[in-house]
This record gives sequence, structure tokens and C-alpha cells, in this order.
Amino acid sequence: MFKIANAEFIAPGIKRFVIEAPRIARKHKPGQFVILRLYEQGERIPLTIERCDPERGTINIVVQSVGKTTHLLNALTTGESILDVVGPLGKPSEIGMFGTVVVMGGGVGTAMAYPTAAALKRAGNRVISIVGARNKELVILETEMGEVSDVLMVTTDDGSYADKGFVTDKLRQLIENGTRIDLVLAVGPIPMMKAVAEVTRPANIRTIVSLNPIMIDGTGMCGGCRVLIDGKSEFACVDGPEFEAHRVNFDVLIQRNSMYREPERKSMEGFRQDPEAQLELVRAGEGDPCPIKGGR
Amino acid sequence: MAAPPKTAGPQKTSANPLSPRERMKVPRQHMPEQPAELRVLNFTEVNLGYSPELARQEALRCLQCAKPTCTNHCPVGVKVREFVELIVLGDFLGAAAKIREDNVLPAVTGRVCPQEDHCEGSCLMHKKVESLGIGYLERFVADYEQQHLDMGSVRKAPPTGKKVAIVGSGPSGLTAAGDLVQKGHGVRVFEALHEVGGVLIYGIPEFRLPKKIIREQVAYMRAMGVEFETDVVVGRTVTIDELFEEEGFDAVFIGTGAGLPVFMNIPGEHLNGVYSANEFLTRINLMHAYEFPRYDEPMVDFRNQDVAVIGGGNTALDAIRSARRLGARKAYILYRRSEAEMPARIEEVKHAKQEGIDVQVLTNPIEFLSDGKGWLNSVRCMRMKLGEPDASGRRRPLPIAGSEFEIPLSVAVIAIGTSANPIVQSTTPGLKTNKWGYIDADLNTQRTSRKGVFAGGDIVTGSATVILAMGAGRRAAKSIDEYLTTGEW
Repeated sequence: MFKIANAEFIAPGIKRFVIEAPRIARKHKPGQFVILRLYEQGERIPLTIERCDPERGTINIVVQSVGKTTHLLNALTTGESILDVVGPLGKPSEIGMFGTVVVMGGGVGTAMAYPTAAALKRAGNRVISIVGARNKELVILETEMGEVSDVLMVTTDDGSYADKGFVTDKLRQLIENGTRIDLVLAVGPIPMMKAVAEVTRPANIRTIVSLNPIMIDGTGMCGGCRVLIDGKSEFACVDGPEFEAHRVNFDVLIQRNSMYREPERKSMEGFRQDPEAQLELVRAGEGDPCPIKGGR
Repeated sequence: MAAPPKTAGPQKTSANPLSPRERMKVPRQHMPEQPAELRVLNFTEVNLGYSPELARQEALRCLQCAKPTCTNHCPVGVKVREFVELIVLGDFLGAAAKIREDNVLPAVTGRVCPQEDHCEGSCLMHKKVESLGIGYLERFVADYEQQHLDMGSVRKAPPTGKKVAIVGSGPSGLTAAGDLVQKGHGVRVFEALHEVGGVLIYGIPEFRLPKKIIREQVAYMRAMGVEFETDVVVGRTVTIDELFEEEGFDAVFIGTGAGLPVFMNIPGEHLNGVYSANEFLTRINLMHAYEFPRYDEPMVDFRNQDVAVIGGGNTALDAIRSARRLGARKAYILYRRSEAEMPARIEEVKHAKQEGIDVQVLTNPIEFLSDGKGWLNSVRCMRMKLGEPDASGRRRPLPIAGSEFEIPLSVAVIAIGTSANPIVQSTTPGLKTNKWGYIDADLNTQRTSRKGVFAGGDIVTGSATVILAMGAGRRAAKSIDEYLTTGEW
């Protein structure tokens, strides 16, 4: 079991967890993720690491309630435990001195872009960050992103905070204004990353996206997370999660991510009918045949 | 009456009242099994196991050869003659202990070993009548032991003070761990997934190898002193170098198994409904997708859908028989060679056919076709004929021009093999690999190019069988013990 050292909502439906996982905290590099499982009947879901503290042996993850598992997870509080956490998985972000880098975070994706933005800043890049959300309440990590950026721009879809519009509007403006951009990193919903790729393609700006396909083991074994890169299969868990955006077939990613929409809906319905009963299973922590876990 | 045991042939023993000729006349005892029409509706085990009476009756058939070929053909060298004689004497726990001297997973091998390629295939009786049911007998004593053995009585060897890390908890890792702990070495097994057992857990379905069996065998190993740590991806969570330098291990065995699934690289492989066998079986076995929604992991709805699995090995048969149990209407095996070349166990092919699996041999898919909404709708195939033998010694399948045809399908599972997973190799400096990316290891000592690092199983040989991986684990344990004792590399 992996103890939750702290858990707090940072926006409606978005919670930050500090989890005791010393081995992972020691090895984590920006861009990597963990897979977790809440209880014996639970599924395995990948979540990007927001930051870690190797001294304290903790990692942070930021979770948005979307389906059954994330709803269950976000119902857990400080002092409770998560059955399985494995990682760090995936290749770390490529960190180097590129020049000017635009880091774009859409929604909860901002939490995933944050550690890479910080590392790029430390590497000496000029970092322009563009953070977007549906509305004011859902803008997250604004302060943190500000600390690691030379310029920070914020957009909301409905204009309830900062500038109304999409992150791609800001990016387009930067390009039109003739701002020199050496690299763009975009993390967020697939339609947003696809839109970013379309903005930077004509301008010929190297663009990196972090993909989130359906995944089970996270070690390359199952092949469920295969994505089409330049028409070739690659595995997001071992070849990614970051890929060159202009080579990604986003339509196939969207199509494959829709594969379990119906069972996902059914799961969510079951959860809504009796959330407490489901949560009880998670809290009971039963059926753990393996008392020694990779966290310690 | 046979001659006294001067030759390699049969001998009369005090335990067995029958003469060798009489033994040959006893028919091979049939393995009780769930009727096919019933078992396709559930995931419980197909074979039900021998009763003590059936086991003793079968054991009486053993010719008790002076030079048993069965033991020589067993990758871990199980003393078949001796354990079978103990069954005749009614000493079932003694028989189990005898097997355990060479095989730490008897309940597993008794179920999934291709006995026809090893012990039973070499059995002298096989020349005239059906060979001795060695696998069935092994399974019987292993299950009997599990029901009757007091775990508290499991003996721990005096500690040597040495520590060995085992990477991967599949058949090779478990075997190495079991052998090493019996020598008194401290053993910790690291597993990437949340449950111990590797392919035995995520790959082989419940109806062929119940998870309970693995858990019990693992519990036995815990009682012997083996430690298990799950949720550790060696190479990512901790490196091999760190295991030596920071965690104080004196030797490491790498048994990470068959790695990445191989796809066919034909059009349409990204359609929804096209799976790798690894993903398909992992969802069902490790994640219990067949128990959705009690378990959260989903699976596409197979009821009244047509399903094909591409490949002819045990994995392919496990996948299609699972699809059948999930309610598939038509269930095909598409295999590009003929049935004689199918690598699957004979019993699995027999069981699959009983369950109504349509085995289409000399058939090769060339394209997956969409329904226009991103889902698989059919597969286009070509008929094949067999040409000259290829590098594997099997006759090479060649396409027959103009033979294209389509099979309507909702789900296709690709079970044509695996390639090396690079995570450990790429994070361990100085660890040599071959041109396919598998770890270079001496096939007798299992030593790698790195001092103190040993490797075995599919990560060395490419996809093979449970028992061959166990054989490698056994050789590695012997050689690790020598290294730890002498310090010589």
C-alpha cells in the first residue's frame, strides 16, 4: 500500500495527491508517469507525475474526476492508501538548451507540463507558458507556472478569467508577431494537442505532445497503447509518452480512446448508484496478496 | 516375465504387483474433464484431475525403466520413475517431495507442460501403446500436496548470508528463486505487475491454470523464505547497478520473459477490435475483464460477435477459447501453416476443437477492414500452400495467387509472437544482447557478459515454453550458487 501523505482539491474536481513512494521519487524525471490501481477489482490507470521530493520520498499527482476510477481516487483523503503505484514509466522529456520554448498546458494537462517547463527553464531556455482552461475555477498551477516562465499567458474558453479564447489563439499570435520559437511542448486534451500541431506545422516549429492512450501494464508488454507515428506503430508507454506532434495520427488516437466508451459509461453509472459501497471496497484494502511493494 | 533389470528397459519392482506385460495392457487412464458444451459457458478449469484411485491405476502402468528416458528429456530432470513408484505405494506426499527436488512448480507444469515433447514423448510405452500420463500424475500429486501439506512444516535452509535479486516472477524467476532459497541464499523477487507469477498470471487463462494454483505455489515459496516485491519495473524503478551497489545484492538473475507483442504490419491494425494476444489475455487474466462490471477493466462485448485469433501456438488457443467463453458466436483460428506445424500442445488443440473452434489452417490475413466508424468489420485473407522447409525446419507457407477471401469479424487477436523488451538491457551498461535484442547468456551456466548477472527464459531464447524457462532458471540457480560459493567468475 502507498500512503497518501496529503490530498487536497486545487480546483473543482481536480485533486493533488502527495504519495509516499520513495523508489519512484528517487528515479523520477520530468515527463514520466505512474500507473496506479486502487483496489483488487480496480483497473490500472496511467497518471503523469507533477513533481517529486526525493528527500521525503514522495511524488505528486494531479487527478481530474472523469470516470469511475478517478472519482474513487479523488474521494480518498490524507492518511488513506493506494493499493498499487508503479513507476516512473515512459521516457523522460528531452531537456536541453533549445532557445525559446513555448509550453502549453490545457486543463489538467498543465500539471503534466509543469515539471518539464521547470526543467527547460533550469536548462537555460526562455520559457513562454500558455495555460488554458474551460473557466476561471479550472485554471490550475498558475503561480507555479509563473515561477518557471519568462512569460505566462492564461486563457479561458468562456472568458471568465484572463483572456477569452483557446491556448492556440495565443500561440498563433506569437507566431504572427514573429516571435522566435524553437520548440513547442503541448500537454492537454487530444483535440487541443491536435490543434497545436496544426498551428505549428505550417510554421515548421518542432512540437512535442504527451499522449494518453489506453494502457494496461505500462512496460511494453500489452501493446494496447500503440499509437500511429508516421504510419508506424509505437508504444506510448515505452517509446513515449512524448512524441513529435507532426508525426502523430491524432484521429486514430481519438478513435482508439473511444473503444470502451460504453463500458466506461456503465462503470460510472454503477459508481453513481452507490459511491459509498464502491469506496468501501477501496478503503478495505482487501485481497492484497503482495505485502511488499515497490514504494519502499 | 521380463528379464532382470540388466538393460535400459522395464523392470519389476517390489511396489508394483503387475508384470511389465500386464502393465502394457492397462489402458491410459482418461483425465476427467468438464463437458465441452458446459465449459464454454465458464472460466473454471477444463481438466478436473485424477482421483487417488485413477492416479494409482495410471501409476501402475509405469515400466520403471532402469534408465528412464523421461527424466533425461525433462528440462528440469524430474525423477519420474521414483515419484510414480511412490504413487503406487500410496505415498502421495512423498511423491510430491520427490518432484520438488527438481521442480518447484509441479502444479503448474502438470497442467501446462507440453509433455508430448518431453517426458511422455520419450516414454518407452509410447512405441506400442499410449505413453504414461506423467503430466496427469504430476498434477495429481501437486494438488494432493497443496490440500494436505502443512505450510508450517516447510523447512528453511540455514542462511548463507548471500543475497540474490530475481528480476521477473515468471516460470524462470520462480524456479531460480525456489532452488536458491533451498541453498540458504536470501532471495528477493521483483515483479513489475501487481501480482506475482508473470505469464502464469497474465498469460495463461483460468480454465487451463487457475490463479489459485499460482497463489498457493507462491505461498509455498514464501514459506521457504523467498521475498516478493511487486510494482517494481527493474530498469525504471531501480536499475541492476543499484541492486548491486545500493541494495547489497551479490547476484542478479534476469527472467523478464517475452517482451513486446509483434504485430503483422498489415493495413487496419489500429482499428478498434484488433488486439495483441498479450493485451487480450492480460485484460482477461490479470485484470478479470470477463468479470466486468464486478471488476473495472472493460472488454469489448463478445456476445454474438465473430472472433478470429491469428497464430497457432498455445497463446492463440488460449485467446480463442477465452473469446468463446465470453460468448463469441463464430470463433476461428487462422494459421498460415498446416495443423502438423502448429506449436500448440496437442491437448489444447483437441480441447479447442471440442469447444467448436473453427481451425482454418493455411490461411494468412493480409488486411483488416473497417466498418467506416473505426471498428473492425472483416479480415481479408489468402490461402497458403507449404513449400520447402525454412530456417525453423518447418515447411515455409507460400501464398496461393488469387485465393483472397474475406471473413466477417468484430474482433481479431494477433498471436504471432513477441520481440525483446529492451527496458533492462538498455539501462544496464555492459550487458550484451544479440541481434534481436535478447540477452546474450551462456546456455549452460546462464551467465551474461556482466559479472554476477545471469539471465534465462524467454528474454534469452525468445518465446518458448514454461518448462524450458524453468529449465533455464534451474541451471541459473546452480550456477549462481557456484558463483556465490567460490566467488569465481
